[in-house]
Amino acid sequence: MKILVPVKRVVDYNVKVRVKTDGTGVETAGVKMSMNPFDEIAVEEAVRLKEKGIATEIVAVSLGVAQCAETIRTALAMGADRGILVETDAELQPLAVAKLLAAIAKTEQPGLIILGKQAIDDDMSATGQMLAALLGWPQGTFASKVAIEGETITVTREVDGGLETVALALPAVVTTDLRLNEPRYASLPNIMKARKKPIVTMSPAELGVDPAPRLTVVSVAEPPKRKAGAKVASVAELVAKLRNEAKVI
Amino acid sequence: MDFTLTEEQRAIRETARDFAEREFRPQAARWDEERIFPVDALRQAAALGFAGIYVREDVGGSGLGRFDAALIFEELAAGCVSTAAYLSIHNMAAWMIDRFGNEAQRRRFLPKLASMAHFASYCLTEPGAGSDAASLKSRAVRHGDQYVIDGAKAFISGGGASDIYVCMLRTGGEGPKGISCILVEKGTPGLSFGKPEKKLGWNSQPTSMVLFENCRVPVTNRLGEEGDGFKIAMMGLDGGRINIAACSLGGGRASLEASQRYLGERTQFGKKLAEFQALQFRLADMATELEAARLMVWRAAAGLDAGDPEATLHCAMAKRFATDAGFAVCNEALQLHGGYGYLKDFPVERHLRDVRVHQILEGTNEIMRVIIARRLLAQTDRRS
Ligand SMILES: Cc1cc2nc3c(=O)[nH]c(=O)nc-3n(C[C@H](O)[C@H](O)[C@H](O)COP(=O)(O)OP(=O)(O)OC[C@H]3O[C@@H](n4cnc5c(N)ncnc54)[C@H](O)[C@@H]3O)c2cc1C
Ligand SMILES: Cc1cc2nc3c(=O)[nH]c(=O)nc-3n(C[C@H](O)[C@H](O)[C@H](O)COP(=O)(O)OP(=O)(O)OC[C@H]3O[C@@H](n4cnc5c(N)ncnc54)[C@H](O)[C@@H]3O)c2cc1C
Repeated sequence: MKILVPVKRVVDYNVKVRVKTDGTGVETAGVKMSMNPFDEIAVEEAVRLKEKGIATEIVAVSLGVAQCAETIRTALAMGADRGILVETDAELQPLAVAKLLAAIAKTEQPGLIILGKQAIDDDMSATGQMLAALLGWPQGTFASKVAIEGETITVTREVDGGLETVALALPAVVTTDLRLNEPRYASLPNIMKARKKPIVTMSPAELGVDPAPRLTVVSVAEPPKRKAGAKVASVAELVAKLRNEAKVI
Repeated sequence: MDFTLTEEQRAIRETARDFAEREFRPQAARWDEERIFPVDALRQAAALGFAGIYVREDVGGSGLGRFDAALIFEELAAGCVSTAAYLSIHNMAAWMIDRFGNEAQRRRFLPKLASMAHFASYCLTEPGAGSDAASLKSRAVRHGDQYVIDGAKAFISGGGASDIYVCMLRTGGEGPKGISCILVEKGTPGLSFGKPEKKLGWNSQPTSMVLFENCRVPVTNRLGEEGDGFKIAMMGLDGGRINIAACSLGGGRASLEASQRYLGERTQFGKKLAEFQALQFRLADMATELEAARLMVWRAAAGLDAGDPEATLHCAMAKRFATDAGFAVCNEALQLHGGYGYLKDFPVERHLRDVRVHQILEGTNEIMRVIIARRLLAQTDRRS
C-alpha cells in the first residue's frame, strides 16, 4: 500500500509569533520555519506502518514556496521514500490545498492519506476533511490510534468527552492528533540519505487547479495583552469577584 | 568564502538542537547534582549517529566530517556541556581506531562504539606527565604476542565506566618516538581504576585514574606501528580540540540565551534590566565574542576536513580562543543574573563550571600558545 503524507511548512513552534505591522498576517521574514508538528506525527505513523510491512511506499507532499522542499527533505530523512513539491508563491487556503492534494491522489492512487489534524499557523483544521469530501473517501479525524487490517483501517478518535472508534474502508483520509505517537529524530545517516531521494516539482496549473483564495483576510491582530492578576485575601472575596466583576457565577 | 550552511548541515544542526533540547537540557541539572553518567541518553544520541560522527559507515559510523561535528557539539553542549564533552572524547577515540586501526580492529571495536553498546576513553595524561605528555612513563613491554602493561593514567574521562581504553604507552625509548597506541578492554586482568575524582564541573561523566599492573593484552590490540602512538594521539587531539571548542560555544550560547531572557524579565530601578544600555552592550559583546569564536572553530574544522597542512595551527588557535570566550561569556552571563546567577536554580553557574575545564584539557591554553608560537617562529626562521 502506498501512503501519501502532506507536510506543511509553518513557523517553528518555538518562535514567538508576531503580527506584521500592516496587519495583513504573521511575520515570516527571517523567522525559523519547520514542519507542522501534527504532520511530523503523520510522517512517523506512515513510517511505522512501513516498518510493520503494511505500507510499501511513502510519498511526502508539500505545497507552497520553493523552501517547502526542505520540509519534504525532513520527511524523507524520517523515512519517506520520495517527495512531491507543488510550488507556488500564492497564498494557499485549505480548499485549494485539498483540491491540489485530491488531484495528486488521483494520479498517485494511495491507499491512505495521513496528515495533521491542523497546522499550528492558522489552526484551520479543514484540509483533511475537505480532501476526504472531494475524493469521496471516508475520514477518521483526530486520530490517537490507528490499526490497519486488510482493507479496513480502525481509527481511535479524540472527541469531546472521550474516544470514539471508527472503522473505515480504505482508501481513506486520517488526520493525526497529538497522542498518536512521538515522532523520531532523523538520524545523521538518514539525513544524508534523504539528499539522494527524489523530489518532483509541479505547479498548480499542471494539476489543473486554480488555487486562488476564496476567503479574504480582513485583518490580523495580536490578542490583547494579559493584564496582571490580583491577589485575593479570602475565598469569600474570590467568590464575590467572580460573581460581581467577572460575572461568571 | 561561503559562510552559509548547506541544507544537510542545517538539518543536522536542527536534529542535534532538537535532541539536546528535549533529551539533555531538562535532565542536565540533575545529572550534575547527582553525578549521573547518562548511559541511556548517550545511547539514544548514538542511535542518531552522534557516537561515530566521522567514523566510516561500513562499521556503523555516520561518515560525516569535522565541520558537521562542530555544528553537532555546539548544539549538544547547549543542552548539557558535560555530556556533550564526554561524547566528543568518545568520538575522538572511535576515530583513532577507524583511522589507524586495521580491518580486523575496525570490525571488532567500531560497531559497538558507534552504537555506544561500548564506551571509549582516551588515555594520555599521567600523574607526572600532563602538558609534557611525551614524557609519559607507563610501559608496555612485549612478551611474545602480548604486551605487559604497568603504570598509571590520570584524569581519564569515562574512567571506570568505559569499555575500551585507547592508551598511549611507552614501548621504546624516551620521547615521543618511543610511544605506541594500545587498546585495553575493561575486564582485562591487571586493569583497575582509581576512585572517581570530585570535580568543579563535568559531573555527568566520571574522571578517574586508570591503573595497570601486569596487565596483558595481545599485540593485535596495537593501533598502527610501534612508535606511532604519540603521532596518533596528537592527530586525535586536533579534532578533539575543535569538538571541545564547539562545546564551549554551546555552553556560552546557552548562557547568553539565558541572559537575553533574564534581562527581559527582571525589573530593578523601575525598569527591565534590558533597558539599561550598560547591560545591552554587555550582551552585544558576549554575542560578538561567541560569533568570532564560532568562525574560528568553523575555519579550523573546514581546514581539517580539507587536509589543510596548517590545520593543527588553526585547531590550536580555535581551541584557545573559543574556550576562553566560552568561559568569559558564561561568567558575564552569571554576572548579569546577579545573585540568582550564583544559584543552582539557574543553569548559568553549571555552564560556567562545565566549560572551565576546556581551558585546561586536550592541551592547556598555554600549550595552545606554545604550538602557535612554535609555528610562528619556525616560519620566521625559514624566511631569514
Ligand atoms: C576533568 C578532566 C578530564 C580530563 N580528561 C582526560 C582524558 O580523558 N584523557 C587524558 O589523557 N587526559 C585528560 N585530562 C588531563 C588533561 O589533559 C591535563 O590535565 C592537561 O593536559 C594538563 O596537564 P596537568 O594537569 O598535568 O597540568 P600541568 O601540565 O602540570 O600544567 C600546570 C600549569 O602549567 C602550565 N604549563 C605547563 N607546561 C607549560 C609550558 N611549557 N609553558 C607554559 N605553561 C606551561 C599549564 O598550562 C598549566 O597552567 C583531563 C583533565 C581534567 C581536569
Ligand atoms: C551567596 C549570596 C549571599 C548573599 N547574602 C546576602 C546577605 O547576607 N544579605 C543581603 O541583604 N543580601 C545578600 N545577597 C544578595 C546580593 O547582595 C544581591 O544578589 C546583589 O545585591 C544583587 O542583587 P540581585 O541579585 O537582585 O541582582 P539584580 O539587582 O537584579 O542585578 C542583576 C544584574 O543587573 C545589574 N544591574 C542592576 N541594576 C543596574 C543598573 N542600574 N545599571 C547597570 N547594571 C545594573 C547588576 O549589576 C547585575 O549584574 C547574597 C547573594 C548571594 C548570591
